[in-house]
Amino acid sequence: MRVRIRVRYNAPHMRRFDYFAPTSVEEAVSLLQERGDGARLLAGGTDLLVQMKEAGVHPSAVVSLHAVDELRGISDESDGGLRIGARTLMNDVAAHETVRGAYTALAEGAGVLGSTQTRNMATIGGNIANAAPSADTAPPLAVFDAEAEIAGPGGTRTLPVIELFSGPGSTTLETAEVITAFRLPAVPDHTGSAYQRHTPRKTMDIATVGVSVKLTLADDGSIGDAAICLGAVAPTVIRAGEAERALAGETPSDELFASAGELAQAAASPISDVRGSAEFRRYLIGVMTRRCLGIALERAQA
Amino acid sequence: MTTAETTTETPREASALEKVTVRYTINGEQREVEIAPNRTLLEVVRDELRLTGAKEGCGTGDCGACSMIVDGKLITSCLMLAPQADGSEITTIEGVAQDGKLHPLQQQFIDHGAVQCGFCIPGMILAGKALLDSNPAPSELEIREAIAGNLCRCTGYTKIVEAIAAAAD
Ligand SMILES: Cc1cc2nc3c(=O)[nH]c(=O)nc-3n(C[C@H](O)[C@H](O)[C@H](O)COP(=O)(O)OP(=O)(O)OC[C@H]3O[C@@H](n4cnc5c(N)ncnc54)[C@H](O)[C@@H]3O)c2cc1C
Ligand code: FES
Ligand code: FES
Repeated sequence: MRVRIRVRYNAPHMRRFDYFAPTSVEEAVSLLQERGDGARLLAGGTDLLVQMKEAGVHPSAVVSLHAVDELRGISDESDGGLRIGARTLMNDVAAHETVRGAYTALAEGAGVLGSTQTRNMATIGGNIANAAPSADTAPPLAVFDAEAEIAGPGGTRTLPVIELFSGPGSTTLETAEVITAFRLPAVPDHTGSAYQRHTPRKTMDIATVGVSVKLTLADDGSIGDAAICLGAVAPTVIRAGEAERALAGETPSDELFASAGELAQAAASPISDVRGSAEFRRYLIGVMTRRCLGIALERAQA
Repeated sequence: MTTAETTTETPREASALEKVTVRYTINGEQREVEIAPNRTLLEVVRDELRLTGAKEGCGTGDCGACSMIVDGKLITSCLMLAPQADGSEITTIEGVAQDGKLHPLQQQFIDHGAVQCGFCIPGMILAGKALLDSNPAPSELEIREAIAGNLCRCTGYTKIVEAIAAAAD
């Protein structure tokens, strides 16, 4: 005999919704269009399900992307760049040979996110679309000038990843738009990059500050091009433009990197929260920018 | 909310009553079940398939007590919608012992006294299994990183790490 047990959960719960599992991007877009503002895309669910259980997010329709195969995987582009499907898992990004070799900062960002379990579910598209200022793949994608490929009711468009963010948790994506991939331009020779974050706990924590840096050296060993992007210190991830310009054309040195760190500090508008005060965050930006520049330099020289 | 009541609640909209059929190969056995799509894999495995080894600790991906291996990947089943796993091969703690014989990991957890209250242990064993399946000779650091998403309130982790290392030998 089957006994019916009445289970009472204290654990958080989700309200009901209509569920769709399209098999193409086109189908996903038309479902989103049909269902309007009440519909939400679901990729790995590591942000959305938490929000549905705990943060009062109650979509009337959930459109899951797990059966849309075209969104998955990493491929070389004919121009030497790399294309990463939006539905690619963090662990697959972190382990990919070309990502580790040429886009090291991105492998580092994807590799520190959450736990093994989180990285086996979380997608790179979800990390960007969720638009947390602390998103660990956002600063690395920004220093490589990655572009997002976006499909919507009116066709497709591309946009620099950094222009997707409009505030904490909000993007410039229109209703019924789906990020399909990220395109990373080819990386010139003598380029090195790094991503580091500071967290109160070593793992399973969200960045207090995240810093990503990319350096390309000229033939004479001076800095040809520098990119710096800061996470968790402003409403969106931000490029430290003045620091970047101060580095270009200069010979790398500890003093130069220290002064770039100071310029990066000035670019930020950090807040105080449980993970650290604004003052501590500002201090960290200086230290971590300097440190990341050192690591990126070593990698560029290798 | 109770599982028995899901069909008798007043629906928010007509289509919200709709159920979906999902098929899993769970611990080698084919199972098919009809469910409301807002249920997690964890809820369906525990409440419908009656495999209660996986536990719900936090429900938000932080504790690892609900860990399962889905299509070869360790995941937290509290953050996976049951229909997202449709067609998948799933291993829960109930499927780790084979032919009535404990898996080396299970035996080593016992031998090392790595189990206290036991709440975290199904997830710990599956995290250990997922690690050893891909990396048969992990370092201590690799073991600690592999179980970083599994919280234990009792043991202080040392004996768990030792048990996983011993199972790797
Ligand atoms: C335990 C735990 C630890 C975590 N640790 C970290 C961490 O260290 N660092 C970090 O950055 N994050 C962390 N996160 C947050 C989360 O895992 C990441 O942001 C993850 O990358 C989100 O991806 P997802 O596929 O799970 O997104 P989902 O939850 O499926 O979606 C997130 C949002 O993006 C939208 N979306 C998803 N895909 C697309 C797409 N292709 N086009 C348009 N919109 C889309 C969804 O509608 C939703 O609004 C953690 C989460 C958990 C549960
Ligand atoms: S219950 Fe799933 S991680 Fe805690
Ligand atoms: S043995 Fe009690 S939580 Fe781990």
